[in-house]
Amino acid sequence: MVRGVKDKVAIVGMGCTRFGERWEDDAESLMVEAFDEAVADAEVDVTQIDAAWLGVGFDTQNTGPSGIPLATALRLPNVGVSKVENYCATGTDSFRGAVYAVAAGAADIALAMGVEKLKDTGYGGLPVRSRGLNFDMLGVTGSAPGNFAQIAAPYRAKHGVSHGDLKRAMAHVSVKSHANGAKNPKAHLRREIDIDTVLDAPIVAEPLGLYDCCGVSDGAACAIVTTPEIACELGKTSPVLVKSIQLSTSNGWELQHGGGWDGAYFHTTRIAATKAYAEAGVSDPRSEVDLIEVHDCFSITELVTMEDLFISKEGQAWKDILDGFYDSDGQVPCQIDGGLKCFGHPIGASGLRMIYENYLQLQGRAGERQRADAPRLALSHNLGGAPIQNVSAITIVGL
Amino acid sequence: MSESGILSYGAYLPRRRLQRQSVFAANRWFAPGLRSLAKGERSVANWDEDAITMAVEASRACLGDLDRANIDAVTLASVTLPFVDRLNAGVVKEALNLRDDVTAGDAGGGMRAGTTALRIALEGSQRCLCIGADLRKSRPASESELLQGDGAASILVGEGAPIAKLVDSYSVTVDFVDHFRATGEQFDYRWESRWVRDQGHMNILADAIGVLLKKAEAAPDQIEHVVFPVAAGGVAKAIAKKIGIRKENVVDHFGAQIGDIGVGHPLLMLTHALERAKPGERILLAGFGQGADVLLFEVTDAIIDYKPHLSLDAQIENRVADENYMRFLSHRGLVKLDRGVRAELDQKQPGTTLFRKRSAVLGLMGSRCSKTGTVQFPKSEISVDPNSRAIGTQEDYPLADRTARIVSFTADALSYSPDPPTFYGTLDIDGGGRLATEFADVTADDVEVGRPMRFVFRIKAEDEQRHFIKYFWKAVPENGGRV
Repeated sequence: MVRGVKDKVAIVGMGCTRFGERWEDDAESLMVEAFDEAVADAEVDVTQIDAAWLGVGFDTQNTGPSGIPLATALRLPNVGVSKVENYCATGTDSFRGAVYAVAAGAADIALAMGVEKLKDTGYGGLPVRSRGLNFDMLGVTGSAPGNFAQIAAPYRAKHGVSHGDLKRAMAHVSVKSHANGAKNPKAHLRREIDIDTVLDAPIVAEPLGLYDCCGVSDGAACAIVTTPEIACELGKTSPVLVKSIQLSTSNGWELQHGGGWDGAYFHTTRIAATKAYAEAGVSDPRSEVDLIEVHDCFSITELVTMEDLFISKEGQAWKDILDGFYDSDGQVPCQIDGGLKCFGHPIGASGLRMIYENYLQLQGRAGERQRADAPRLALSHNLGGAPIQNVSAITIVGL
Repeated sequence: MSESGILSYGAYLPRRRLQRQSVFAANRWFAPGLRSLAKGERSVANWDEDAITMAVEASRACLGDLDRANIDAVTLASVTLPFVDRLNAGVVKEALNLRDDVTAGDAGGGMRAGTTALRIALEGSQRCLCIGADLRKSRPASESELLQGDGAASILVGEGAPIAKLVDSYSVTVDFVDHFRATGEQFDYRWESRWVRDQGHMNILADAIGVLLKKAEAAPDQIEHVVFPVAAGGVAKAIAKKIGIRKENVVDHFGAQIGDIGVGHPLLMLTHALERAKPGERILLAGFGQGADVLLFEVTDAIIDYKPHLSLDAQIENRVADENYMRFLSHRGLVKLDRGVRAELDQKQPGTTLFRKRSAVLGLMGSRCSKTGTVQFPKSEISVDPNSRAIGTQEDYPLADRTARIVSFTADALSYSPDPPTFYGTLDIDGGGRLATEFADVTADDVEVGRPMRFVFRIKAEDEQRHFIKYFWKAVPENGGRV
């Protein structure tokens, strides 16, 4: 049995920029902005950082393929910096590197940074890019919404859900996230919308309309982690502790094994969730997890993820959603900060942004959107790739 | 005893049929004289088709489930091949998974390249696939735009149990320039059709036919099927009258439904004649262009048991009326639409990777684990079977001719496509294996979880910087065009 990272690592400082179309900023200034907040929060000096991880999803749009841009932007004291890239799970994977270093005793204080400067492409949506020479010969060069939209039809077929019912549940996901985002001063999209706006929007990739898709944003988020003992020495008497981090990576089974995966769920998320709950000691997530931040790149992703995290029963998430179970005042609020949908989705930063929100909520520091019932255990789920081949990352933090 | 002749045949027509009235409606302000041609429809290749892909599809229709291991040669005849210097027939060979030690050649040079290739093959000793295919290109508001069509035909010849044997053949070569196109040019230049009729068809072609019939001691009025690849119906009948052929025996040119598909046209008409021919009947096949080829066949008893794998009639019927002239112009590169920044993805294709993966990419060759029987695409070092982890046990397993069922799909309006939205999805292949790929020639009504599909060879993308075309396999509805 692996020993895991439960309670071995404390988060002592976090920072997150305002997400959005940051026309005046580049990756450097975004990283500095996030770091300034985190380092003030942690009350540590930059010279105390022993190692750092830099998560960036799109090289060509940003910083280039190394850890140098982070070391340079923050003038780190020549410590080791690794660049992490794992599609949209990049932010969590950057956090994982820092947490592992501290848990292993290799670093006393480590930094995880995620940043993305997307709004230099000249168009909306994610940059179009190659996924390798072999893929380019025989893979589908579809868009992100096109890839994720494909869960809908198998889900409908498997669970006997009508096109209209699923569309309404998906729309509820977006309406809820817009309501939450409106209360978040750092969110990219801060406008409440009604369900008809979602249902009547132009189709991007059937059945996803414009409002089923998350914002594409610039932004950065970071975490400073250390041991619980050092956290205590720094004056953090009740620090937020890492309860588990699990990644699960597709090995080609979904993509290649005929008759296997049915297309209606995320195989990796179920594996990562099972392991994460075991590592954190969670036996009934529906009653034990107080709030969740999931990878709602598209409304259908959030919907299916509620089942893959074993919070909704299989085939029932759409009903839970319509019942308000995941609303900000529901039993398990999901995307209380607006999520990728409205907080925004700067790829490399997103996983750390989710942890940032959970970190604030656990400490009662989330302002107008603070959950009133003193949450103690929070989960974030960060997903990269496409339903058929992806990296799924789950982090559970708690007091 | 084994005999030599035509062993099998097949044709391919794109599904879309452009309505000539739509073309005329757009151009009548400029070219009101086209009114007389503004009737019926013509076949138009989709944006992801070219002479190579249509040649592959016609050949698949020709070969069906015949053993491809004993094919010795393949000739692709066309005047619109996508590559000037890269063996186009070599791409066809890879797509059909023919043996590496086949003779392959491109043929061109004029409208009778298909009949010449067929004649050479029939007089040789190899089992040879003769293909004629063209993606026609003509200036907007030209007569050619209305008269031409896109398509391909494929004839397998060699020793075996032929459905038709060559009785005799004759060729004549004269530099009669009825039309021409210089190297590097896009469009033909045509001389007056009345001159082409009088001195070309009525003299050169008719005379060549007369010579052959005399040589073969065949009475013209005894020939049951006569193939003149001449678009103007009146001219074909006039030739028949001059020679003494019964006009009712002149095979339909399909001008109303298809248009003239170029080098493949005489072969396409031959497939139509073969579909209707009875044992003992004779078929006269003519090709015309800077002279003429004339071939006389006699149909054998083997035709009784021969079933075409994909009939021409079924393909003519498997049509979608297309009134979108602008889309046709855009797909032919005759109108440059604003494609947006998303179209700027570099499609560079390294020769090294294509060579390594040519069997999977061009041939849709999957693999089957010799221990577990698990089928997968593409082949890999370690089996995808989660219960096995078998290493080095995968044997070639062709997937192109298998049917498949839709697992998931979408219609993507965001990705750049010459024909948005892009339909794509994941398919479970009947008999094992899975493929995520684009769908071709579909509308929203054609796709749902569980629907049967089949695979077709298509253009995946074009590297417009270096002018290279990338091919792969896409899925189309299973029943489309099937008999």
